[in-house]
Amino acid sequence: MSDNQITQFIERYLDGSMTAAERTEFELLRKNDAAIESKFAEHVQFIALMKQYGERLELEKRLNAIHDEIDVHALKEELTIHPVWIVRMWRNHHSKISVAASVLIFAVLSILIVTGKLSSDKSRYEELSQKINTIDHKVKIIGAGARTPVKPKALASAPANFRGTGFALTSNGYLVTDYHVIKNADSVYVQNAAGESFHAKVIYTEPQYDLAILQINDSTFKNLGPVPYNVKKAESDLGENVYTSGYPGDNVVYGYGALTSAANYAGDTTEYMVSIPVNPGNSGGPLLDEKGNVIGILTARQTQMAGAAFAKKSIYLLKTIQNIPTDSLSRTLNLNNKNTLAGLNRKQQLKKLKNYVFMVKVYNQ
Amino acid sequence: MNKDLKASAPTDSEIVLGILNNSEVVLRRLYTAYFPMILQLIINNNGDEDDAKDIYQEAIIVLYNKIKSGDFELNSKLKTYIYSVCRRLWLKRLSQMNRYGGDIRDFEEHLPVEEEVDDHSDRDIQFGKMESALRLLGEPCKTIMEDFYIKNRSMQEICERFGYTNADNAKTQKYKCLQRLKKLFFQQK
Repeated sequence: MSDNQITQFIERYLDGSMTAAERTEFELLRKNDAAIESKFAEHVQFIALMKQYGERLELEKRLNAIHDEIDVHALKEELTIHPVWIVRMWRNHHSKISVAASVLIFAVLSILIVTGKLSSDKSRYEELSQKINTIDHKVKIIGAGARTPVKPKALASAPANFRGTGFALTSNGYLVTDYHVIKNADSVYVQNAAGESFHAKVIYTEPQYDLAILQINDSTFKNLGPVPYNVKKAESDLGENVYTSGYPGDNVVYGYGALTSAANYAGDTTEYMVSIPVNPGNSGGPLLDEKGNVIGILTARQTQMAGAAFAKKSIYLLKTIQNIPTDSLSRTLNLNNKNTLAGLNRKQQLKKLKNYVFMVKVYNQ
Repeated sequence: MNKDLKASAPTDSEIVLGILNNSEVVLRRLYTAYFPMILQLIINNNGDEDDAKDIYQEAIIVLYNKIKSGDFELNSKLKTYIYSVCRRLWLKRLSQMNRYGGDIRDFEEHLPVEEEVDDHSDRDIQFGKMESALRLLGEPCKTIMEDFYIKNRSMQEICERFGYTNADNAKTQKYKCLQRLKKLFFQQK
């Protein structure tokens, strides 16, 4: 019996189109032949599954039709749990926020890298600063400008707005200091090692050399006595041991080092480069050699390199003095030619020197 | 919000009776009554409205078949039953998609319905096989099978539709088709 015939029998049996005799015969066949019986069961199941499948499709169609009538979008709006605004903002805009944050971070990093602030590589950092130096010749002018400014008072003892150092040129009260120290000054006082203040007048300035000549014009001022050092006319040699004395703070401070270059970073040959630790406030202080000759006036220090400072060569001090118009001088300005420090040791030199080095206090509005 | 949803909901016994009597109106009321509840469940648990539609329709089918099979007993509210089935189905779907974070935000009470859902899934697999077997069968066999076995059309109608001159030819064709369909169905893994 072929499969088709069996199927035909099964179907006819199931739809009741068999005669009574045929049914009995078929039932007997199923009983005796297990293969026929299992085919029968399989057929019944299969047809049922097909019918259920059809019903399922039908039901899905009905459900879809119903579903289409629902306004899902409106419901969705209504039923979505809205998180707090910050979470919502993050969800809606997180890409934008991320991009903005990235750009910001990138910008900050770029700036840090470009300015070299981020680099932990010390040698590279120094290299970079040196590069900046050679290009910009950036030097920081020594002056106590950074010190806390206080309202100016007429009283000489009041803290100054600006402070530097100056030293005596003559026993009768002529002093030299840096032009940048007294620039924009309303009034200038000088204070000696004993703490006595005297009013001083700026009688001449030479901005191109950063030098200024002051004259003490205070009634309490007494003659200083012969100045112990002289001003060197020739240029000093590299490697010369040098020292200075000045007022970076309230007390006189001694600093020493060596002459390291006949020009500053900018290639300006009017200044020496010296390796002396100096601070703002040392500006205008004398730079002396071993023998006690004034070889320069401290003007500035290198901001990018510790220990490097600059001093205007003494020859320019001499030029400045020559340039002073005679009618500006109420007294004679005759420089001392006799050096009384030459034979002394450093301690004794400093002891003598101390009376001729002044704190220059500048008051302005 | 849930109060609003309940307002239009038919009573549970109305639904059971309606489904047994093939009432289109009751089916519609059932469907519209609980869909928002399921939409809320799905969209607040990593799903979208299409997921909600799929899951909800499956649950309605599970309920429908259970009522039709006659062994449905009202042990709980229909609402809870539907919610539980959907929840179970959605958890299954989420873990299949690897989107299940181990946490689900619940809105209703729920019952254990694993067995029903698994039975339903088994049957779905069978239906999937049937669908692809019919597709592979091709025309005209597919339509003959559907017309005769699913739509219960008579051989006479089928003969006319396909232009068979003789009913015997049509019958032979039908048996051949059935034979092939069975083969295609059982061949699938």
